[in-house]
Amino acid sequence: MENDHHKGLARHPCGECCTKLVNVGVAFGGQRILEDVSLHLHCGELTTLVGPNGAGKSTLLRTLLGEVPHTGEIHFLPVFGHGREDAPAIGYVPQFLEFDRFSPISVQDAFSSVLSRWPVVLWHRRRDRATAREALEAVEAGHLCDRKLGELSGGELQRVLLALSLTPVPNLLLLDEPVSGIDLPGRELFYRTVSDLRRRFDLSILMVSHDLAGVAAVSDRVIFLDHRIVASGTPAEVIAHPEVRRTFGLDVPPPPPQTAS
Amino acid sequence: MNTWHWIISNLPFEWAQFGFMRTALLAVLIVSPLFALMGTLVVNNRMAFFSDAIGHASLTGVGLGVLLGLADPLWALLGFSLVLGLGIISLQRFTRSSMDTVISLCMSVSIALGVVLLSRGGNFNKFSHYLIGDILSITPEDVAQLLVTTVIVGGGLLIGYNRILLIGLNESLARSRGMKTWWAQMLFCAGVVMVVTMNLTWVGILIVNSMLIVPAAGARNIARNARQYVGVALGIAVFSGVAGLIGSYYANTATGATIVLVMMACYVVTLGVKAARIEFGSRA
Repeated sequence: MENDHHKGLARHPCGECCTKLVNVGVAFGGQRILEDVSLHLHCGELTTLVGPNGAGKSTLLRTLLGEVPHTGEIHFLPVFGHGREDAPAIGYVPQFLEFDRFSPISVQDAFSSVLSRWPVVLWHRRRDRATAREALEAVEAGHLCDRKLGELSGGELQRVLLALSLTPVPNLLLLDEPVSGIDLPGRELFYRTVSDLRRRFDLSILMVSHDLAGVAAVSDRVIFLDHRIVASGTPAEVIAHPEVRRTFGLDVPPPPPQTAS
Repeated sequence: MNTWHWIISNLPFEWAQFGFMRTALLAVLIVSPLFALMGTLVVNNRMAFFSDAIGHASLTGVGLGVLLGLADPLWALLGFSLVLGLGIISLQRFTRSSMDTVISLCMSVSIALGVVLLSRGGNFNKFSHYLIGDILSITPEDVAQLLVTTVIVGGGLLIGYNRILLIGLNESLARSRGMKTWWAQMLFCAGVVMVVTMNLTWVGILIVNSMLIVPAAGARNIARNARQYVGVALGIAVFSGVAGLIGSYYANTATGATIVLVMMACYVVTLGVKAARIEFGSRA
């Protein structure tokens, strides 16, 4: 995956550059969805967001995408080297891609449309084809390049969307319950891929998940959100928190800390 | 233009001997590829009802043109349709009510207003040719106008195609890539309004939308990617345009409606191809 467009970004592990949220609050029609959310997302770090249904997890991601009006402050520190402070490159994998499955759009069409303005109705430039193939191969989906988007299985689509969100490599990757509707082997492959990408591209990743047990092994940090941040820390620390244990119905002892990477 | 008339008039067909047919043929050949290209995006972005409303609502535009005493109501039409189209999109955005309700509301009001304006003094029949279209209304100046529109809108569509495709796929996804989805949508709607309005008088208000939707809908049945999609839609549109025009000459029927019927026949063929493919696919 060491191709030109990745080299060009000149990434160095820094551990400092981050996306910073200060006292972020969101309200819809008088109902408070998020209150007083402050957090830092460092690059090279995978942060997982867990919490009960309706806790505002997806809303937090959409706020970061700039789709939801909010109070408080969101800073994207421009240490990334490209992009403006208010408009970083964000990769986003939605919970369900709501799209028309009958649309005649191939996987390659989707890649070409984010890569260039050269109309996909004419032909695909060789460079866009190569980039798409490489990005897809990184998530073990190279063979899906010429398939129609609407024909992919849930797991295949999720991997294609992950590859798409990483093309070109973003500063921040937002994953909204990326494994819902994927079978167990598919989930393991997905987690492995994400964990691998974080190290390779020194990305900061924010992932929403219901699968606390599954994400514990790959996350650097877990945040338990219930309209406000209830618990935050290493996976072992958060799993040990009484409120988390109550919500997830954990009655077995927390796993030993060495399982957390 | 003269060369065109000379070439076509040498064809050994009866219809080729009439100047208005040769002009109409040229107009069809210019306009149908644009309809096809635009239609693929209109269908992908679920805007079929929007473009339908723009077509029907233009009754008010015609009425306003007549009220203002314009000889050619095209400019009143274009102005009204642009305001209406962009108004619908903005209204939907800010009221956050469902799109089909907003469109239906605007369309009903515009049709009612148009009928009221045009029926003043009991003379509605005078305007019924707007409803079903009239190819005799295409003058050589119109062809030039259509050519200019096609080049401008078609060029814009090609430049914006990827972005509009992505917005149609998923707006959040498009926005996460830093696209200005609002502006892209506004521009696209303006393009749809222009194409629909410029072709109203010869296709007819009642069916102008079919010219956009049917070729794309047929192409969706068999295409597997964006290129095939546009290719098949283009084929259907051009073939139906020419066949419908010539057919309407011999059958002595309204041209727009005849073209749409040929398009529907093509649509049925694509359905057959799709069914055959599923049949063979299951055996393979």
